[in-house]
Amino acid sequence: MTARTIHVDYLARVEGEGALTVVFQGDQAKEVRLDIFEPPRFIEGLLRGRDRLEAPDVTARICGICPFSHQLASSLAIEQALGVETTPGIRALRRLVAAGSWIESHVLHAFLLHAPDFLGYPGALEMSADHPELVKAALKVKKIGNALCAAVGGREIHPVNLRVGGFWRAPRRDELVPLLPDLAWARDAVAGLLPTLAKLPFPSFDRDYELVALSHPDEYPFFEGRLTSNKGLDIDVADYDQHVVEEHVQRSNALHSKLKGRGVFHVGPLARFNLSYEKLAPAAQAAARTVKLEPGVMNPFKTLLVRAVEVIHCLDEAVRTIEGYQPPPSGFVEIPKQAGSAGWAVEAPRGVLYHAYATGPDGLITRAKVVAPTSHNMEVMEADLFHLAPKLARLEHGAATRLAEQAVRNYDPCISCSTHFLTLKVERGP
Amino acid sequence: MKRAPVRPPRPRKLPKIAVWKFTSCDGCQMSLLDCEDELLALAGQVQLAYFPEATSTEVRGPYDLSLVEGSITTPHEVERIHEVRRVSKQVLALGACATAGGIQALRNFMRQDDLTKMVYASPEYIETLATSTAIADHVQVDYELRGCPVNKKQLLIAIQTMLSGRKPTLPTFSVCLECKRRGNVCVTVARGQACLGPITQAGCGALCPNWSRGCYGCFGPSESANLDQMRATLRRCGLTDDEVVRELRRFNAGAKEFQGVRP
Repeated sequence: MTARTIHVDYLARVEGEGALTVVFQGDQAKEVRLDIFEPPRFIEGLLRGRDRLEAPDVTARICGICPFSHQLASSLAIEQALGVETTPGIRALRRLVAAGSWIESHVLHAFLLHAPDFLGYPGALEMSADHPELVKAALKVKKIGNALCAAVGGREIHPVNLRVGGFWRAPRRDELVPLLPDLAWARDAVAGLLPTLAKLPFPSFDRDYELVALSHPDEYPFFEGRLTSNKGLDIDVADYDQHVVEEHVQRSNALHSKLKGRGVFHVGPLARFNLSYEKLAPAAQAAARTVKLEPGVMNPFKTLLVRAVEVIHCLDEAVRTIEGYQPPPSGFVEIPKQAGSAGWAVEAPRGVLYHAYATGPDGLITRAKVVAPTSHNMEVMEADLFHLAPKLARLEHGAATRLAEQAVRNYDPCISCSTHFLTLKVERGP
Repeated sequence: MKRAPVRPPRPRKLPKIAVWKFTSCDGCQMSLLDCEDELLALAGQVQLAYFPEATSTEVRGPYDLSLVEGSITTPHEVERIHEVRRVSKQVLALGACATAGGIQALRNFMRQDDLTKMVYASPEYIETLATSTAIADHVQVDYELRGCPVNKKQLLIAIQTMLSGRKPTLPTFSVCLECKRRGNVCVTVARGQACLGPITQAGCGALCPNWSRGCYGCFGPSESANLDQMRATLRRCGLTDDEVVRELRRFNAGAKEFQGVRP
């Protein structure tokens, strides 16, 4: 029997460094391994002894793609730990900045990193030769998302205006209103592009996931709500530690998560869409209907479409928020220097992100814990590859490698976050 | 929709750029992807020969310009940065990690065993160095761009200048000068807010004071930064000695100007 090995040195178009191995026995996978060799950065350890107010600035540096999510999660966790409640005005600005960060992150991934997979291009720049309008529109929408992030956060990457308790300074109305025409244009432009995206060749691949996401009674979830699933999980975020366990496995510098007594789960756009579909803005629901994307969708390859729908939602919500925006009297509430501890979860673009902190009486951090969406998804990415194995086995080597990479890219894995890069190694046994 | 042609067209003879990641958050290379308007134009003027986060295309070196993000924190990275240097005509170090070790250089002031045990249940699996160090600590670097993250405009200027065979001459003066030019009211003088502007290198456009907060030093020390004076000013703003040390030891803790900062 000859063993066949596919080896890709660096899984491209993901954020980070890792490797992927599929060992076949016939047309079944004998072993699937997602190896993360992103060097560890010990952010949680470095936070000990730092002031509680430093957490958003330090944790932003976990990830240059979703710094806003880390800033919101750390701020909200510390506010919870110290018994601080912010104001409706601050909450509205936080939703606005979360929307901006989803737009930027989703457009980058869906249009510029993931779409090239479906059309067989090595990247967006190469794709732009044949599809200039698609790439130009995507870059323009991404830019609009970034402009929103900068208008509220002060900077697109590692924003300077977010703090524990809110914002250093609430943006003035005249700093936000000029964004309106672009945001409205982008909402309609993405809705207009969705039918084109829906024609991409999606592999048929339906899975039976436990989908986990925050659920809020009235709104599409950004950073509040209970942690729920399509299979009956319904817990207060404060009880996270009792339900989600992390394992450290040898091959990986990232920790792997499982639901206690339940096993593998899936977080991200597909989970949110299925659990909170009816809370999407009417414009986003209408766009989803035009391409027959409905709750019940379980094909991870279609997360590309779900991301586009979420982008429409975010743009629509941003428009509505800015139209009615009046700056809150104060950008932030004061944060006491005292002992406390709590955890909080937010929906980062890639899914549930959990932060927990404890502080001492001097306001210094004594314990910090960060569980990124990609850690939550590590197991389900491997499980997907297991299920994809028979399909992979039928394909010639190059096509199999590309499809396996694409299956991992469905999750927009952010390996910087979970501790970054993938090498795909497919070993084919007898 | 049109699918990719079976055989890609032969690339024209353009200067080759490679983007390399070491220990980092990805934010600096994201800054390149954030140059939305300029990206397609740049792509027409250069060959992005190796930029795995944006494209699967891989063109062999040597490269005319290598952009290096991240710091050196593992034995493997020590070897890899020498390989990068060997295949690169010029090396541009990007951001606080590549120029000063980044936030993870806080480990340089802690015991590594303690740190690893804090985060990972099975520390024996982790292979890492006790320090996080800048690229220039390992290989010759042609130019360093500061910032956490780098500034998009500075990044484009540096790339274009270096590809035309010149050395960039970006400002090395302090944020204070940028802040004055912008017409901001000084947050320290007017409100007694702690601000690292006087000792921090310009380049961000004096962002933080515009948002009613003091500079937190993400561009690292400016030329001839007066640390003693800065410490005295921070004390006058009400910071304790420990707080002053934390201010000076953050994203650029590994910069040589800050290495001697003690409580």
